[in-house]
Amino acid sequence: MIELDCREMLCPQPIIELAQHLADVVVGELIAVVATDSAARYDVPAWCRMREQEYVGEETAADGVPRYVVRRTS
Amino acid sequence: MNDASTYLDAASSEPLHPAARQTLLAALDQGYADPRRLHRPARNARLLLDNARAVVAECLGVRADEVTFTSSGTEAVHRGLLGLARARRSRGSVIVHSAVEHSAVIHAAEWGSESRRVGVMGDGQVDGGDLVEQSMVPGVAVVALQSANHEVGTIQPVGEFRLSNDVPLFVDACASMGRLALPDGWAALAGSAHKWGGPAGVGVLLIRHGTRWETPFPADDRVDHRASGFENVPAALAAAAALRAVVDEREETNARQFALVDRIRDAVKALADTEVVGHPVERLPHLVTFSCLYVNGEALVTELDRRGFGVASGSACTASTLEPSHVLAAMGALTHGNVRVSLTRSTSAGEVEAFCSALPEVVAGLRS
Repeated sequence: MIELDCREMLCPQPIIELAQHLADVVVGELIAVVATDSAARYDVPAWCRMREQEYVGEETAADGVPRYVVRRTS
Repeated sequence: MNDASTYLDAASSEPLHPAARQTLLAALDQGYADPRRLHRPARNARLLLDNARAVVAECLGVRADEVTFTSSGTEAVHRGLLGLARARRSRGSVIVHSAVEHSAVIHAAEWGSESRRVGVMGDGQVDGGDLVEQSMVPGVAVVALQSANHEVGTIQPVGEFRLSNDVPLFVDACASMGRLALPDGWAALAGSAHKWGGPAGVGVLLIRHGTRWETPFPADDRVDHRASGFENVPAALAAAAALRAVVDEREETNARQFALVDRIRDAVKALADTEVVGHPVERLPHLVTFSCLYVNGEALVTELDRRGFGVASGSACTASTLEPSHVLAAMGALTHGNVRVSLTRSTSAGEVEAFCSALPEVVAGLRS
């Protein structure tokens, strides 16, 4: 799993990072966005729906910041 | 650069209707006195206030004694919702509401009460089964559901629910009053005059005849025991005149606006990585919301403004808020790059075309 450190980035930057780095993982692999921005909670799942990727769920990073996990499906 | 200004934010506030302006100017000189007094100027003011009430009642298809003028739509929401809850306090204090209510409803529900949110579907319509189920839980005082959503335009099927026993329904109709007929089934309902082309500072509170309602705030000895503060008689009359005009014109206005909004929806759908939010058909005629991937909402509003288009946004990246719109979040919609376009009664097809041709350029420019 690749983890993108998007702490302190404002929306929509975490989603832009996610889109830019999706190709860094192979189909079936996980990519995670760690983001303090409150919009990421809604926008990562919405991006997955719009881009036809799988939203796996929300976890918490070691420092307590939310981590949103995505599986590349195409 | 476009110097002409095209105001596309009627859902925030509709420009004053000419009928309201004319009435307001005339009534300013006639309606100054205290309508509770017995002298001639007071009787004049009372006559104007009663007239305003009668016109609003007729336009909305309710009884005149069900109509109260408040100082805003928000105050009508507060008095309606909390007054129903207060009258039911021996049965419980929980307020059940949809997750997409206006923040005025949500704040009021959380004020001294326990509140429970009911989720919505992707198109913004409330989960009816859950709403009915939640209303049956012991301790529920009131259920609140909007007539139509102020951000995405989705109409809620208000009249189709059968709530448990005698739990009263509060309906926030601020987004739709004047534009659409009132739904059925409400015990109390709120509207806001500046949303239909009346002056700001006038709200309409309806309390259905026979409903148990108690004032949630200190009482006042005004003409109408449900209101407090000195009545703004000229503004109430102007609001009534605007409502009369808007209701008379709405068949034509709604059809025209619905088609123009469809034109904008099609233009948005033609853009890559963009989604239109809200119900495509069961919607307010004059309003559309959409979100663009990878675009900052504030930048979108600012760039459209620079080109002469005044629009609203529910994105968190606008200066006014750090939290994204709770409506978009509840619907599972994309919250960034969001724009709400809402047409005034005089928005022309030419203005809509100009917006539709500017939009792709603006979005592409911000993405590059």
